[in-house]
Amino acid sequence: MALPLVTEECEAVIRAFSGLGGLGVDEKALVSALGKWRRQPEKRAQLRKSFVGFFTADGSFERCEDDYIRYLKNEFARFKNIMVLWAMHPWERDARWVHHVLHKPLPLDIIVEIACTRSSEELLGARKAYHALFHHSLEEDVAYHVRENYSNLLVRLVSAYRYEGNRINKEMATSEAEALYSAIKTPGVKKLVENEEVIRILTTRSKPHLRVTFKHYKEKYGKSIEEHLGDELCLRETVQCLDSPPKYFSKVINKALKDGADKNTKDALTRVIVSRADVDMKEIKEAYHQQYGAELEDVISKNTLGSYRDALLSLAGQ
Amino acid sequence: MATLTVPDPIPSPAEDAEKLRKAFQGWGTDEKAVIAILAHRDAAQREQIRLAYEELYKENLITRLESELSGHFERAVYRWIFDPVEREAIMANVALKKNVDYQVIIEIACVNSPKELLAVKQTYHARYKHSLEEDVASNTIGDFRKLLVALVSTYRYDGEETNTGLAKSEAKILHDVIEQKIFNDDEVIRILSTRSKAQLTATFNCYKDEYGSITKALAGESPNEFALALRIAIRCITSPKKYFAKVLRHGVDSGADEDALTRVIVMHAEKDLKEIKEMFHKRTNAALGHAVAKVTSGDYKSFLLALIGD
Repeated sequence: MALPLVTEECEAVIRAFSGLGGLGVDEKALVSALGKWRRQPEKRAQLRKSFVGFFTADGSFERCEDDYIRYLKNEFARFKNIMVLWAMHPWERDARWVHHVLHKPLPLDIIVEIACTRSSEELLGARKAYHALFHHSLEEDVAYHVRENYSNLLVRLVSAYRYEGNRINKEMATSEAEALYSAIKTPGVKKLVENEEVIRILTTRSKPHLRVTFKHYKEKYGKSIEEHLGDELCLRETVQCLDSPPKYFSKVINKALKDGADKNTKDALTRVIVSRADVDMKEIKEAYHQQYGAELEDVISKNTLGSYRDALLSLAGQ
Repeated sequence: MATLTVPDPIPSPAEDAEKLRKAFQGWGTDEKAVIAILAHRDAAQREQIRLAYEELYKENLITRLESELSGHFERAVYRWIFDPVEREAIMANVALKKNVDYQVIIEIACVNSPKELLAVKQTYHARYKHSLEEDVASNTIGDFRKLLVALVSTYRYDGEETNTGLAKSEAKILHDVIEQKIFNDDEVIRILSTRSKAQLTATFNCYKDEYGSITKALAGESPNEFALALRIAIRCITSPKKYFAKVLRHGVDSGADEDALTRVIVMHAEKDLKEIKEMFHKRTNAALGHAVAKVTSGDYKSFLLALIGD
């Protein structure tokens, strides 16, 4: 059977349905197609025949794939999700995200992200909100639901109430950089993520102190602690988030906008833009430019659609 | 209820500051005058006196007291003069020097409500430019570090809801671990440091129904120090007043433990020392004041008795 000729018109509608990649759907284009193709069922039939992967021929008609329906549900919901999240109190947002991660199989680095990039008062607020919403403490649920070897690290990270002043002790920062190096380079009985000193330093020290510690680490050992941590689950994200949230978030955004990103990776775009719009959006854009040589707003424009795109640009713009 | 008694009408802060100044002047110190004032003022009043003294005499009252007084008396007055939240931050910091007094850390972490513990931690930040967690962590090692950091970091849910199924299953987890004497199991620390107090009470009740008293099980034959620390945590969570009555009983035993006496009396005189006194009396048939008077002396004794009341 010859491949159907996809007309420009069809392609435009497929694109509007997020069928050619990109996040969100182009609501205006979809509504306009409704009008244009009024009383022309053959056009819609052609659309279904051209929309490879989302409709399949089933005897005498073209059936919708279940996966496609699920996919569309997500893409249509992006605008709804970003608006609902935007209206929510930041504390409730964070509490709900953590709860979500714990009760569905979602990547645990979201917990690291929230625990490490929020200020002490914001993290405390999330814990208060968690009490109100779920009648448990945040740390109680993390401790109960996360059973892998990085459970201790995560519980300590979400329980942290770090000193937020600028006072740091240079000698201590130096010696703790050395302790971290020693822990990383000396294989112990336990995994690195369970190492007592690594956990102590990363989960209790103030952020200004840790940044000096990481700086000293790089000066003394030639490589950043991040590089030495390689693929260490959770530890690398921890260090990145503590050291420079803008750099970390710029990476997350970049992954979300790449081709072939999975659902969770794509969902991160909404989470980052909404949670950082009023915090460090400017710094994230600068980091993005530095890391990828492109303007974040341009990349968002190219890779998202419709009201979702407009919402993102409003939040990420000036 | 507090045992602190405050005169009515109460002198103005300036009057009190003046009298204190007079008490410091000349040779030696009029300790009785110091006690007569400071041991009979609540936290807000003491704060007013500090401010009035500083304004009138351009000198820090606390610094002056430190130099005028000495020994156990000085330590008691120093701890007393601050407001309760600052006091606990200071006592936590003191407990972390050299040989960590883990009992004090556990008391502060477990007796306070979640909000109270938070206030102590905020005050600790302001006063010491470190977080309490970071200082606890860097001054302890191994299992004690795990337990103490977990206990001070927690921000427990403070609702009354409990889950019976969970209480039963976590009582069993605790029992299995205690039976095998693996007291430092991560599950023990998880349960003790993250569950709400209401949930823990339910859990210990299940434990009692199925297996007997958990604190007795932890005391067992030749208990190790960690098991004893767990016991303290459990008692502080479930029955703090009874616990403090016991600390006082030990404190007045043969060789008096002044640190313990000072700590409990100073920390509870404006809180719930009355109930603690009653429990003490029930258990020993002696009044706390009498027992304390037997093992202490001088101004220190007078100061403690003033706080104990009656």
